[in-house]
Amino acid sequence: MKEESLWYIFINASLVNNFVLAYFLGICPFLGVSGKMETATKMGGAVSFVMLISSLCAYGLHSLLVAVNAPFLQLISYIVVIASTVQLVEMFIKKMSPTLFRALGIFLPLITTNCAILGVALFQTNKGYGLLESFVYALGAGAGFTLALILIAGLREQLNFADVPNTVKGTALTLLIAGILSLSFMGFAGLGT
Amino acid sequence: MSKTRTENSGFWDKLANQPSTDEFIKGLWRDNPVFVQVLGMCPVLAVSNTAENALAMGLATTFVLLMSNILVSSLRRFIPKQVRIASYILIIATFVTMTDYAIQAISVDLHKSLGAFISLIVVNCLILSRAEAFASKNNIWRSFLDALGMGIGFTFALFCLGAVREILGNGSFFGWMLFPDNFQEWIVMILPAGGFFTLAIWLLIFNAFKARKARS
Repeated sequence: MKEESLWYIFINASLVNNFVLAYFLGICPFLGVSGKMETATKMGGAVSFVMLISSLCAYGLHSLLVAVNAPFLQLISYIVVIASTVQLVEMFIKKMSPTLFRALGIFLPLITTNCAILGVALFQTNKGYGLLESFVYALGAGAGFTLALILIAGLREQLNFADVPNTVKGTALTLLIAGILSLSFMGFAGLGT
Repeated sequence: MSKTRTENSGFWDKLANQPSTDEFIKGLWRDNPVFVQVLGMCPVLAVSNTAENALAMGLATTFVLLMSNILVSSLRRFIPKQVRIASYILIIATFVTMTDYAIQAISVDLHKSLGAFISLIVVNCLILSRAEAFASKNNIWRSFLDALGMGIGFTFALFCLGAVREILGNGSFFGWMLFPDNFQEWIVMILPAGGFFTLAIWLLIFNAFKARKARS
């Protein structure tokens, strides 16, 4: 494996191979929570945090599983770690800030089934990243996810005032915007090398 | 097909009115997981760049959906309510691991082109939502039919996307070249952006159909 600088890993995960717009991971919250700017920002923060913790745990788990020679347990153990991290975050937010807890509502437990989080854990294992590299990779992925969510939320807030035909309203329109965003993100290709 | 339909129309009517048949039919069209419920979008967009990948992904998801629905439904009296989501995810993860190894044994090339997305079936919202919304409340036979219908509907939707993207973006269908050599490929269709556009256009067509049906 060729050496990659930390800066390159960060740019790659956040912009060039943005998790939402290039890998299509985390599309469900992307379509579901992107209606309002405020919830989008908070959701991005929560997802980034879970991503960071589960990525670190996944690194430890992977070394452990390799040591005991049981790679077939990888998927199951990753998902258990993610589910418990989400549970932890949920309890923490409930205790520290009940207002934020109510604002996020049902989407907080749904972070467990956010493909982007499991995606980060799996990709970093496939790429053979070390501890520091995994950390930076998760940081970049979280930043990219939050960026995409905020961009689309801003566009959708504007579109509320636009006069669009009834057939196009809803998911189809959001997907069209996402397509255009994805095209423009292709302009980042080659950055950070 | 249409001939047998007219000959046995009484039989087909009776079959269509059975509640258990309805569990099967609804996933194909009326509650299609992709076009109507907009569930499980990640694999739909990510691996639909060729028809072959799309079909393989659809079949793998259908298998996991079937097995997990059957198991969840048969264990529905034993799983405590508080830990049900965690138990469902564990059941799903087990079957996904099996599928992952099976695909690797059948075709290494296919496993390589689908990549991490086979493992990511675990977090496909469609499977968890069927387990939670249907299998945990219904008997094994009905859960089986529901999973079969939803799985086939999901595969159909993936195939629709994959076929369009491969024909326009690559000029081929299942690897067969369709157009003469001077055909200019629409590169954008196999890029991520093409996935968003194709799905948006399919949704538009579905919406237009629904709107027309509602009017008449």
